[in-house]
Amino acid sequence: MDNLISIVTFLPAVAAIIMAVFLRGDDEAAQLNAKRLAFAATAATFLVSLFLLVQFDASNTGFQMVEESEWLFGLQYRVGVDGISILFVMLTTFLMPITIASCWGVTHRVKEYMIAMLVLETLMIGVFVALDLVLFYLFFEAGLIPMFLIIGIWGGKNRIYASFKFFLYTFLGSVLMLVAMIAMYVDAGTADITQLLTHNFATETFSVLGIQVIGGLQTMLFLAFFASFAVKMPMWPVHTWLPDAHVQAPTAGSVILAAVLLKMGGYGFLRFSLPMFPVASDLLAPLVLWLSVIAIVYTSLVAMVQEDMKKLIAYSSVAHMGFVTMGIFAANQNGVDGAIFQMISHGFISGALFLCVGVIYDRMHTRDIDAYGGLVVRMPAYALIFMLFTMANVGLPGTSGFVGEFLTLIGVFQVNTWVGVFAATGVILSACYALWLYRRVVFGDLIKESLKTIQDITPRERAIFAPLIVMTILLGVYPSLVTDVIGPSVGALVENYDVAVAAFEPLTHVAANH
Amino acid sequence: MEQIILFAPLIGALICGFSWRLIGEQGACVVATIGLGISCLLSWVIFLTFDPSAHANGYYTESILTWIESGTLFTDWAIRIDRLTAIMLIVITSVSALVHLYSFGYMAHDENFKEGESYRPRFFAYLSFFTFAMLMLVTADNLLQLFFGWEGVGVASYLLIGFYYRKPSAGAAAMKAFIANRVGDFGFLIGIFAIFWMTDSIQFDVILPMGEEIAGMSITFLGMELNAVEMIAFFLFIGAMGKSAQLLLHVWLPDAMEGPTPVSALIHAATMVTAGVFLVCRMSPLIEYAPLAGNFIIIVGALSAFVAATIGLVQNDIKRVIAYSTMSQLGYMFVAAGVGVYSVAMFHLLTHAFFKAMLFLGAGSVIHGMHHEQDMRNYGGLRHKLPYTFWAMMIGTLAITGVGIPLLYFGFPVGFAGFVSKDAVIESAYAFGGDLGNFAFWALVIGALFTSFYSWRLMFLTFYGEPRGDKHTHDHAHESPMTMLVPLGALAVGAVFAGMVWYGSFFGKTNYVAQFFGVPYAAEEHHGEEHADAAHGDEEHADEEEYADDGHGDEDYADASYDTHYVFTGAPGEGAIHHAPDNHVLNDAHSVPVWVKLAPFVSMVLGFLTAYLFYIVNPSLPGRLAAQQRPIYNFLLNKWYFDEAYDFLLVRPAKWLGRFLWKGGDGAVIDGGINGLAMGIVPFFTRTLNRLQSGYIFHYAFAMVLGIVILITWMTLSAG
Repeated sequence: MDNLISIVTFLPAVAAIIMAVFLRGDDEAAQLNAKRLAFAATAATFLVSLFLLVQFDASNTGFQMVEESEWLFGLQYRVGVDGISILFVMLTTFLMPITIASCWGVTHRVKEYMIAMLVLETLMIGVFVALDLVLFYLFFEAGLIPMFLIIGIWGGKNRIYASFKFFLYTFLGSVLMLVAMIAMYVDAGTADITQLLTHNFATETFSVLGIQVIGGLQTMLFLAFFASFAVKMPMWPVHTWLPDAHVQAPTAGSVILAAVLLKMGGYGFLRFSLPMFPVASDLLAPLVLWLSVIAIVYTSLVAMVQEDMKKLIAYSSVAHMGFVTMGIFAANQNGVDGAIFQMISHGFISGALFLCVGVIYDRMHTRDIDAYGGLVVRMPAYALIFMLFTMANVGLPGTSGFVGEFLTLIGVFQVNTWVGVFAATGVILSACYALWLYRRVVFGDLIKESLKTIQDITPRERAIFAPLIVMTILLGVYPSLVTDVIGPSVGALVENYDVAVAAFEPLTHVAANH
Repeated sequence: MEQIILFAPLIGALICGFSWRLIGEQGACVVATIGLGISCLLSWVIFLTFDPSAHANGYYTESILTWIESGTLFTDWAIRIDRLTAIMLIVITSVSALVHLYSFGYMAHDENFKEGESYRPRFFAYLSFFTFAMLMLVTADNLLQLFFGWEGVGVASYLLIGFYYRKPSAGAAAMKAFIANRVGDFGFLIGIFAIFWMTDSIQFDVILPMGEEIAGMSITFLGMELNAVEMIAFFLFIGAMGKSAQLLLHVWLPDAMEGPTPVSALIHAATMVTAGVFLVCRMSPLIEYAPLAGNFIIIVGALSAFVAATIGLVQNDIKRVIAYSTMSQLGYMFVAAGVGVYSVAMFHLLTHAFFKAMLFLGAGSVIHGMHHEQDMRNYGGLRHKLPYTFWAMMIGTLAITGVGIPLLYFGFPVGFAGFVSKDAVIESAYAFGGDLGNFAFWALVIGALFTSFYSWRLMFLTFYGEPRGDKHTHDHAHESPMTMLVPLGALAVGAVFAGMVWYGSFFGKTNYVAQFFGVPYAAEEHHGEEHADAAHGDEEHADEEEYADDGHGDEDYADASYDTHYVFTGAPGEGAIHHAPDNHVLNDAHSVPVWVKLAPFVSMVLGFLTAYLFYIVNPSLPGRLAAQQRPIYNFLLNKWYFDEAYDFLLVRPAKWLGRFLWKGGDGAVIDGGINGLAMGIVPFFTRTLNRLQSGYIFHYAFAMVLGIVILITWMTLSAG
C-alpha cells in the first residue's frame, strides 16, 4: 500500500462526509447509526494504522512511507512519518474509538457531534504526518475548529466564554507562526519540511528596533513558533485557557483535548524548534526550562486547592506538560525520549482520568468534589480503576506515568541541577493533589443522600477503560515498546542539535574577540 | 526458583483480588496464603543453601526483561541474589506468610464493614501484592527496580492504612503516609540522578564497584562543588529516612496504625520500614567512602531512637506504643549502619522482624479479644483471659527489652534475640569512638532504658492489675483462635533463638561475618604474610563447610582459631556488604570495656524496675507525676508537636499559596491581563461574542476557515 498514510489520515473524513450526506433524521435509530458508523470508521482507522506501525523501520531515522503529489496552487502534498511522529499517529487512532464509545450517551445533535469528531481525527493525524509547511499549518489551525465547535455546542454553561478564550489564546500564537513560516519559505526557498530540516537558518546577530538579537534569524523564528506551541502545550503563563476549556468541554472533548491536542505543541517543538533552530533553542533553553519548572510547581499548588474535579485534572495536565517541555529542552537523549514518552503516556492517563470524571458526571451531573465522598462503598470497580489512574498520574513506577517523568528528570538533571531539583518536587506535589482528590471523592463513608443509589460502572464503561488500563501498565512495565521506536530518531535529532550548537559557539568567541 | 519466590505472591494477589467471586471468599484467601507459603518455603531453601563463594563477587543475577532503555541509561527487571537479599527474603516471606495465616482469624468478622460486604479477598490481595513489591525491592539488581519496589510497597501501605475506608482518620493517615514517603522519595530520586550523572549507570554491578572512584569525583549541585559520593549518600539516605520513619519524616508511622493490626505487623514493623536500612546496607560500597553522610546517618538514627522512645513512654494506644518502639529500633539499625557495621544493622533488622511482628500480632490478639478496644487504660488483668497471648507478648517483651545473661559467652551470648542484636549495635556505637560514637552510645543506652520502661508499662497495663474500662467488654474478652495463635508461636521461636543462632554470622569474628556475606578477608597484617596466605588458601574449603550447615552449626565458631584477627579485604562491590580498609569497628566492638557491655543490661533492669514501681507497686504514681510535670507530659503526649509544626509550616502555607496563585496569579494577573488586552485592542470580538451567544457559532467557524484559506493563498502567491 503506497498511500497508507493518506488512507489513515482521510478515512475518518470520508466517513464524516458519508455521514453528512447519507444519514438523515434525528430519531433514536439514526443517532445509533451515527454512533455506530463513527465507531466503525475510527476502529477501522486504528486497524489500518497498525499496518503503518508494522511497516515502520525504527532503525531508519529519516522519513518513511513518504507520499508526494501536486496540489492546489502549485503547492505540494507531502506526508510521511519518522520515529518522532509515528507514535502520535498511533496514539490518535488508538484513542478515537475509545472516545467515540465514551459518548454513547449523548443525545443532542448526535450526527453533527460524530462528524466533528471524525473531522477532528483527520486533522489531528494530519498535523503529525504533514511534511509541508502549508499543509502543517492548515491541519494545525483547522484542528481548532472542530474542537471549538465541540466545546461551543456540546459544552457546559459557560461554553461560549471558554471557547472564546481558547480561540483568543491560540489565535495570537498562530499569527506569529504564520509570519515565521513565510519568512522561512523566503529564506530557504522551499516549504518542504524534510529540506527545511537540513537548511541552516542564519544565526548572525542583528538588531531589531535597536535591540541586539543574539542568534539572529533563528531566534526570531524560534520565538514566533514558541508563541504558538507554548499556548498549545500549554506552558505557564499562557495556560489559563485550558482549565476553562476542560471544564466546559463535554467528556469526549476533554479526552481528546488532553490526550491529543495538547501534544501538538510538544510535537511542534520537536519537529521545528529543536532541529531547525538549534542555536536559538540552545540560547533560550534556560528560559524554557524555568518556565517548565514554574509550570510544574505553580500549577501543582493550584491544583491542590481546586474544587472542580475537571479543573484539578486540567491543572495537573499543565504540570505534566511542564515535564515535557523540560525534557525537550534538556536536549539530550534521556530528556527527549522522556518527553515523547510522557506525551504518549499522558494521552492514556489524562484521557482515562477525564473519562473517570465523566463516569460520575453522567450519574450525578456535577463535578464538585464536595458533592462526592465514599463512592467506594457502592462503586468498588470504579474505585479501583480511578485508583490505578490516580497512581499513574502521580507517576508510580510500573505505570507509564513514571517512565516519562523519570527520564525527563534524569535528562534535565545533567543539564541544570536547580531545574532538576525544583522539578522533582513535582513528585511530592502531584501526590498531594491527586491523593487528596481521590480521598475526598472515593474514600470516607457514603453519607450523602444523593449518592445512595449511584451505580457502579457498566460493562460498556469497563470496555472503554480496559484498553487504557492495558496500555498504562504495559508501557510502565515494558517501555521499550516506545523507546525502541523513538530512540534512533531522537538520537539523530540530539546529535544534529549538538553539532549545530557546537558549531555556533566558535562564532560567538570570534565576535567577543573583536 | 527465584522467579517462583517473586511471582507466587503476585499471582496469588491477582487471583485473590479478581476471581474471588468464582472461587469464593475463603478460597481466594487460601490461594493467596498458599502462594505466600510456597514463596516462604523456597526462600528458606535459598537462604540455607546460598553459598556466596560459589559466585563471582558473592552474588548472581537472573535477568527477566528489559525495563527502561534510553541512550546510555539501561535498566532491566532482574533478580539479584546475594546474602543481603537472602536475609531479606526469609524475613519478608516468613512474616508475610504468618501474617496471612493470622489474618484468617483477625479479619473474620470486622465491625468496620457491613453485613455482606466482601472485604477479606481485598485484604489478602493487598497483603500479597505488598509482599510482591517488597520482594521486587530486595531482589533488584539496579536502583530503579529497587525504586519500583520502594514505591510499590508505598502504595500497598497506602491502600492498607486506608483499608477501613469509612473512617475519615484512616483516609487521612493513608494520605499522610504516602506523601511523607514521597518527600523521602524525592531525595532518593535526586540520589539516583546524581549516580547516573557520575557513572552513566544505575546497575548495581557497575556502580557498587565504583564506590571509591566516585569518592574522588566532584559534582556541581545547586551551584556548589560537592564531593559526589557524599552528596549521593546523603540524598539516598533521605529516601531511607522517609521509608524507615526516621526523625523529621517519621510523622506518618504512628498514624499508620489506623490500618488493621496484621498490616502493622507486616508492613510497619517487620518489612517495609526496614527497607531504608536495607538500602543503606546495599549501598555500603558508596556509604563507606562518605564519612560525613555516615555521620549524618548516625545522628539521625540515634536521635530517632531516643526521641521515639521518649514519646513511647506516655502513649496510651497500645499500637502507638509499639509503633514508636519500631521507629526507635529502626534508629538503632541506622546507627549500626552509620558506624559501618552493616552486618549488625542487618542482624538487628532480622531479630527485630521476629519480635516486633510478634508484639504487633500479640497486640492484635488483645484488640481482637477486647472488641477493638485499643486504649491500654481500659485494659488490665488480661493474663488469665488471654493466656497464650500473654505468654507470646511476654516473650516479645523479653526480646525487645533485651533480656539475657550478660558476659556469658559460649561462642555466642545467651539471651533473647533483642538482647544479642541490640547489644551488638550499642557496642558497635561505642567502638566507633569519638564524640559522635559516645553520643550515639549514650542515646542508645538511654533509649534502651526507655524501651524497657514502655514495654513493661504496656505489659503491666494490659495483663496485670485490675480490669479497667467497660465491664461488658472485659466479661466477653476471649482468647483468639488457633489461626492467630500459631503464627505467634512460630514468631516466638524466632524471638527467642534468632539472636543466638545467627550471632556468629552477623556479629561474630570477622572471618565468619565475611564468609557469611561473601566478602573476601585475610588475616591481619601483623600476623605475617604466611598466615594471610593460609587464610586465603583455606577460603574455598572453609566456605564449603561453613555454608553447608549455615544457621545451625554456629557453635563451631567458638573454637575456630580464636586468637587470629581477620580483616575484610574486599574491594567495593565484592560481597554483599563492603568495609573500607580503615573500618575496624566490627573488630573493636568485640573488645569494648566490660562496663559498656553491661550498660544496656543495667538500663534494661532500671527500666523494668521503674515500670514495676509505677504500674504494679504504686499505680497512682504515674498520674501524679504527669500532673506535676504537666508541660513535659504534654510535650511527650503530643509527640513533640511535630504534627502541629508541620501543619503550621508546610500544609497551611502550601494551601494558602495554591489559593493565592489560583485567584491572584491565574485569575487576576494572567486572565485579567489577557481579558484586558482582548477587550481593549479588539472590541470587534466583543460584538462577535454577542453573536456567538445568540447561537451563530457556525458563522464564526466559517469565518475562521475563510481566514485561513485567505492567509494561505496570500502566502503562496506572494512567496511563490
